[in-house]
Amino acid sequence: MKVISLNATVTASNDRDAEALRGEMRREGVLLVNLMSAPGAGKTTLLSRLIGDMRDVRFAVMEADIESTVDAERIEALGARAVQVHTGGMCHMDAGMTARAWREVAGKDVDIAVLENVGNLICPAEYDTGAGCKAMILSVPEGDDKPLKYPLMFAESDALVISKVDALGWFDFDVEKCAARARRLNPDIRVFPLSAKTGEGMAALEDWLRARLDGWRKR
Amino acid sequence: MHEMGIILHLARTLDETAERERLEKIEAVTLQVGEVSGIMTDLFVDCWNYFRKKHPALAECELKLETVPAVTWCDCCKRTYETVKYGRECPYCHSQETWLLKGNECIIKEILAE
Repeated sequence: MKVISLNATVTASNDRDAEALRGEMRREGVLLVNLMSAPGAGKTTLLSRLIGDMRDVRFAVMEADIESTVDAERIEALGARAVQVHTGGMCHMDAGMTARAWREVAGKDVDIAVLENVGNLICPAEYDTGAGCKAMILSVPEGDDKPLKYPLMFAESDALVISKVDALGWFDFDVEKCAARARRLNPDIRVFPLSAKTGEGMAALEDWLRARLDGWRKR
Repeated sequence: MHEMGIILHLARTLDETAERERLEKIEAVTLQVGEVSGIMTDLFVDCWNYFRKKHPALAECELKLETVPAVTWCDCCKRTYETVKYGRECPYCHSQETWLLKGNECIIKEILAE
């Protein structure tokens, strides 16, 4: 009998897969965006708007859900490439699952690949999927206290989209307070208050995405 | 489910280690789990016992957990305190300029094998 010391994080095998996928995406010049939020914050609605607005950028979307194909159908109806991934009951996507989904769309002309993660503010934040950039959505009806309750998600994201600002009049949501709470966890986080329904605030997010894509290809 | 996802990664690391080290059998694995890692330890052990029945190579591998206490550092008064008891706010100076030092980890410490 012998004792073997490992001292490895339990997700070490995932982190290896993630680095491999990130390297592949960089060689292909594709920016992989890991888009995360709670269920119903408007991930598919935001993507639909981005695809419609940014006609010069070729999108592919990997839709991760426990069940159904409704999200992939919505994206395909806009003419973008979409693949539906079922996580088999799992609450998040990991790098291996993301790489397998990417195989379905790889090799075709893609500029930005979006992983629409499982609706959940907790577990997806803990897994490196191999993405080059992480964005999260918090919708106005969810409340401006969420950075206090789900700190890791806000600490891990490069961008915070505050969605459904067209509904601000009906909710006690303080955009400035929410942004300040997010920045306390993550001083570099970019905050984009917007409405995918009316189009308000979309241009700032689209400019940021274009800049991220350029930066990703130049590095 | 979150715990099951972690177990699939753990099993992969164990399988790879067994192959690399030419191990015949892994008897036990010890994990260090932080108090605020979000892992439910009872549920985690139940998941492991369910999983190993379906994974012959690890069927006899016992999962041992060691809890790592969570400690937070206060940037204002330069002291540390128990995270679980006091949370984000420093109990000494009531500052919120505080950072988690440890307690968020889930580390495979060692395996016992033949």
